[in-house]
Amino acid sequence: MNSGRTIKLRFFAGVREQVGREEEIVVLPLEIKTMGQVRNWLVGRGGVWAETFGSDSPLRVAYQHELCELDTEIHDRTTEHEIAFFPPVTGG
Amino acid sequence: MKISVQQDDFDVSAELAALRAAQVGAIVSFVGTVRDVCSDNKIEYLELEHYPGMTEKSLEEIARQARQRWDICDGVIIHRFGRLPVSAQIVLVAVASQHRASAFAACEFMMDSLKVQAPFWKKEIGADGARWVAARLADLGVMRKWN
Repeated sequence: MNSGRTIKLRFFAGVREQVGREEEIVVLPLEIKTMGQVRNWLVGRGGVWAETFGSDSPLRVAYQHELCELDTEIHDRTTEHEIAFFPPVTGG
Repeated sequence: MKISVQQDDFDVSAELAALRAAQVGAIVSFVGTVRDVCSDNKIEYLELEHYPGMTEKSLEEIARQARQRWDICDGVIIHRFGRLPVSAQIVLVAVASQHRASAFAACEFMMDSLKVQAPFWKKEIGADGARWVAARLADLGVMRKWN
């Protein structure tokens, strides 16, 4: 039986520099359904993770390559999940 | 609509020429370039990061929305990444339509949308070191006029 979902996490710009990595694969418990819960799970790592994800900094999140909200839920129409955290965008 | 995320520079004249067609009566373009000063910080170059995969998807969606809202014939979005010195071209958004009103509006809409939705991040490198550019609240507010 599956006890969790395999998720690829990606980090960009200032977030990438703060946590010191570009991406990682994690297995999250099935109870973790929303982007906000994933963010809280990262806070639970403590240290630089708590500083980066627990602060009031206005982080943006994307699920499956689309901007989304903290209450957006992970869906099970696929087994390939990708969630990215990054600062507000500054292109153009 | 042509969409390209690239390191290389682009030729505005060639891109605009490619939009000309029999039914086109107006082509509106915007080019964003690297300024030498931002928030009193004298900069030497920008390092532009993006999210491969999501960036292209985001620009496709912006183009789709523009086509849905205005009667436009064609367009182009080119955005560069990597190291960009002062005065370098960063972005080109151009729209071709039968009459100018649609082209002006669609071009501005696409640029405003890109500013708040497309996953690009600028880092300024200058004499005082490097720092990430902070998002401007004004850019977020500007989308309200399109809703």
